[in-house]
Amino acid sequence: MKEKLKAFSDSSLFLPVVALAVLLTFNALFVDGFMTIQLTEDGRLYGRLIDILNRSCSLVILSLGMTFVIATAGIDISVGAVVAISAAVVCSLIGGRGDGVAETPMFLAILAAIGVGVFCGIWNGLLVAKFKIQAMVATLILMTAGRGVAQLMTGGQIITVYYKPFEYISGVIPGNILPTNIFIALAMVLLVAFLMKKTSIGLFIQSVGINPTAARYAGINVTMVIFLVYAFSGLCAGVSGLIESSLIRAADANNAGLNMEMDAILAVALGGTLLSGGKFYIGGSVVGAITIQTLTTTMYALGVSSDQLPVVKAAAVIIICLIQSKKAQEMFAAWKEKRNQNNKAATQDPRKLAERMVKEA
Amino acid sequence: MKKILALVMAIMMMVVAAGCGGGNEKSSGSGSAAGGEKKITMGFSQIGAESEWRTANTESVKQAAKDAGIELQFSDAQQKQENQIKAIRSFIAQGVDIIAFVPIVETGWDTVLKEAKDAKIPVIVVDRDVKLADDSLYVAKIGTDSVKEGQNVFKWLDEYMKKNNKTPRAGGDQFQVVVLEGTVGSSVAIRRQEGFKNAMAESADGKKFNILASQTGEFTRQKGQEVMESFLKSDRDKIDVLFAHNDDMALGAIQAIEAAGLQPGKDITIVSIDGVKGIFQAMIDGKANCTVECNPLQGPLLMETAKKILKGEKVEKLVYVDEGIFPADVAEKTLPERKY
Repeated sequence: MKEKLKAFSDSSLFLPVVALAVLLTFNALFVDGFMTIQLTEDGRLYGRLIDILNRSCSLVILSLGMTFVIATAGIDISVGAVVAISAAVVCSLIGGRGDGVAETPMFLAILAAIGVGVFCGIWNGLLVAKFKIQAMVATLILMTAGRGVAQLMTGGQIITVYYKPFEYISGVIPGNILPTNIFIALAMVLLVAFLMKKTSIGLFIQSVGINPTAARYAGINVTMVIFLVYAFSGLCAGVSGLIESSLIRAADANNAGLNMEMDAILAVALGGTLLSGGKFYIGGSVVGAITIQTLTTTMYALGVSSDQLPVVKAAAVIIICLIQSKKAQEMFAAWKEKRNQNNKAATQDPRKLAERMVKEA
Repeated sequence: MKKILALVMAIMMMVVAAGCGGGNEKSSGSGSAAGGEKKITMGFSQIGAESEWRTANTESVKQAAKDAGIELQFSDAQQKQENQIKAIRSFIAQGVDIIAFVPIVETGWDTVLKEAKDAKIPVIVVDRDVKLADDSLYVAKIGTDSVKEGQNVFKWLDEYMKKNNKTPRAGGDQFQVVVLEGTVGSSVAIRRQEGFKNAMAESADGKKFNILASQTGEFTRQKGQEVMESFLKSDRDKIDVLFAHNDDMALGAIQAIEAAGLQPGKDITIVSIDGVKGIFQAMIDGKANCTVECNPLQGPLLMETAKKILKGEKVEKLVYVDEGIFPADVAEKTLPERKY
């Protein structure tokens, strides 16, 4: 048991999990009914914890893609805009008819939305991997243009979908107890975990991030790896767009996925992956994404007034980052040691003094 | 796809039409030298398309310009002040006859409006407010009275509760109200809240209502839904009234209320401001109770004012458009007439 605990405290997941646990403990103590989960009459689970899971799904999925991109020492700041495009595609295909009829079969619309996401990812991948444009610059193109594309598709309108099954993507299918998007996110996390465990893709990505030249000499197709990583990030953004639009049953080109790229990067950073690339922690990113949503929910639950919200959030993020920072840990350890020594010195001093006095005598 | 195609076609047709117009003028110019006044050009900078309401506002301006025979230079700022300032500068450089813009924020306009004044181009502020050191930098302001909208919400609410003999769900003698505020710091959100609170303080029935929680939903559906979800987790069995600063947040909140197993419109009385089509649909379905109109159809008034200004006539500094209150029982009748 003790060994297991030791192994866990040394593992990469330890700090992100601790940060999340601290946040949840705080909530459990100070927010009434934060931990309660009820079963509603129609058999759904209902509570703040379910809300957190439901709302963090799209960020979890985004941060999966983002983790790989960052592991190759790249960055993808276009994901928020791709979310908006994917939402626009699915909603304009299903159509905003008041009588609740779909203009295009829903599975086709879903495929199209995910397809558009992958296409955007391929575009980014081509620019970064093939044409060697810096990742930040290459993805900036779609970040700026993407929202415009989404607006063009929706004609600048918010398209509200009245087609009932569409809400099941982020809602609860009758007979189920949890919203579907939680299962989607779980499936994607498991798929990625499976690929990491059973194939060597993870190792390839990591080696490209640490030293692309060495990776190439070792026989890894660096261009291909980088390209695939961006395509996958696009896929994740496409799925996120589906979930985001289903949550509000509408495509809101201006606000869908707004600033989500930053949240995704933050989730990856909270998870312990360095932005300089190399070693990456999928589990950490997932926990990081859930932590961010927990933080938002906490703020709402505490009723932090809206104009102070960003400040409180920033303070919490700083603390979480400091807890995880290696340097801060070292400094803390050094400070603790020094204090111990001082204490020891203080207790030892009188004895030394006495000894000396005896010798002298 | 169809829409995009239609858009492209429309643009092409406009270009062609404009070309024809130019050709005609040239040929007929010598024939009737004194015939027809010079076409007015207006530069218009819109915030973006954050809601159906804003879209209606844009459409109204575009349509009214067409009807009034004014050539419109339209610019979409995509929610950024710097884009608006750039647009206004380019209007000045193009030498338009008049500039109209919807300011995204209240401050920071002095320099660019001074430039317009120096170029002797009159400026009309549309829909939202500006704070300037020198009010002579704009000629007129057309818009909606946000304070009055907030007051109207309270007045309607008070009457509705009395008329339907509603009692607080959690007992006691006070109705518990939750508020979804608009974007923090926006003039509309500040004034709607102010109007609501003032009306509540002044009314004899003000003591019957208590604002239980008030939080920003940033004028968007998604945030409105998320914040309402949180309100419901804390006080599911207490909330009697939801006041949303705009309809879109109310629409998001309705979904959250349904997910919590309550009946929107019955368990929780919902009143919001704007009057977009979506909320009328919700009222017909019995899921919302009232919307206080905030009229986006400001185009005709804008064009009329612009023409007056250019003719040198005197105009009022503040011009308000007509606005109404639409409770649920008139929703079905009103929906087909709604233009937005």
